[in-house]
Amino acid sequence: MTEHVVIVGGGTGGTVLANDLADRLDVELAADDVRITLINDGPDHVYKPVWLYVPFGQREPADGRRPLDELVDDAVDLRIDRVTAIDTEAQRLRFNGTAPAVDYDYLVLATGSTLEPERIPGLADGGHDYYSESGSTALRDELLGFTEGHLVLSVIGSPHMCPAAPLEFVFMADDWLRERGLRDDVDITYTYPIQRVHGNPHIAEWARPIMDERGIEVETFFNAEEVDPDSETLTSMEGTDLDYDLLVTIPPHGGIDLIEEAGLGDDGWVDVDKHTLEAEAAENVYALGDTADTGVPNAGSVAHYQAGVVGQRLASEIRGRPATATYDGKTLCFIETGMDAASFVEFDYENQPSPAPPSEKLHWSKLAYNESYWLTARGLL
Amino acid sequence: MTDIEPDETVDARGAACPGPLMDLIGQIRDAEAGDVVRLLSDTDQSLTDVPEWAEEAGNELLAIEELDDHNAFYLEKA
Repeated sequence: MTEHVVIVGGGTGGTVLANDLADRLDVELAADDVRITLINDGPDHVYKPVWLYVPFGQREPADGRRPLDELVDDAVDLRIDRVTAIDTEAQRLRFNGTAPAVDYDYLVLATGSTLEPERIPGLADGGHDYYSESGSTALRDELLGFTEGHLVLSVIGSPHMCPAAPLEFVFMADDWLRERGLRDDVDITYTYPIQRVHGNPHIAEWARPIMDERGIEVETFFNAEEVDPDSETLTSMEGTDLDYDLLVTIPPHGGIDLIEEAGLGDDGWVDVDKHTLEAEAAENVYALGDTADTGVPNAGSVAHYQAGVVGQRLASEIRGRPATATYDGKTLCFIETGMDAASFVEFDYENQPSPAPPSEKLHWSKLAYNESYWLTARGLL
Repeated sequence: MTDIEPDETVDARGAACPGPLMDLIGQIRDAEAGDVVRLLSDTDQSLTDVPEWAEEAGNELLAIEELDDHNAFYLEKA
């Protein structure tokens, strides 16, 4: 009998996993003992970290976009379609219209995060972001002509994709404005929902003095409640008002409704065993990357490492062996601290991050990784 | 044992810091003024995070209930 592995989501986690399985199970694929299908709701794979550089005019969105059919192994069936229902009892996925349902033996959900700016009144009209392709280009159009006033970076949603990116943006904006002789004419304020500047206390302790040295104002315990685009004011649940001239936000994030509708978890995130990545509410279902509610950062490196674990576990199960691979929370992350310097952190469930001293070498390492990312997506790196 | 009847309960047991506080903030955001939200958390950090945020946001922390392996926080939205 042919075992059918279905992966939903063609981001980093889904794509790396599809290629990992194609390599790992090449004998079984050739013998038709296994079939792998990758389903994505669009034809392209998007490398979102490129968007951080778009507002500063350093990259184009097209630099982070490649057709999935160029990245995914030919042994994988690629289907461009949107799943509309997950039936974990029948082990079946349904689609819109007349498209036939797909049965699975193993399902991996890698559907990622979606932005939900509509949860904050006024945010869609008043705020900019660099967490979407359209947001990053719209912000670029504003930022390149911004020469004076108050730039506010507000982290509204948490958890959100790439927890380092808000810090990176204000560090880069500060440095970029200094290089152009505009920093004295631009005030920068950074807001964060809890009592420190980052969710991880070790990264927060490292980042806060850098902000203080550079004159980046900080508002903690700031949970944006409303944006008034006419008066250019951002109001928090805690009762603080901030006037802005350019508002950049990390919007609230959510998963996809299908996951909640399938009873797999709340808010679009799948409740999983954080070591095995198996869904708690259904058999033969895994989740990885942002979709898996593990408490680790929503980051590409997490999805990459988790894909390796799920690949090993699925291969073992398909071969009738005990699955022993586990995920230990490993996260790697570069953190830009300016336009030509970056730090680096590595941590897991047991070990806390210790940010490296910022250097030009680490900055170039980050840019080199961004260029070589396509090898990661192909499962080669 | 408290006899406070919450309008909503957020079960953040198992979530690492700052997950419980963010879950609580998210629920308070959706609540009506006067609603009582109960947060269940097994992270010790919540014992300082939740009172600090409640004071900052002007919401009243009605009670902290110490249970076997977690704490229950009762907040009334201002």
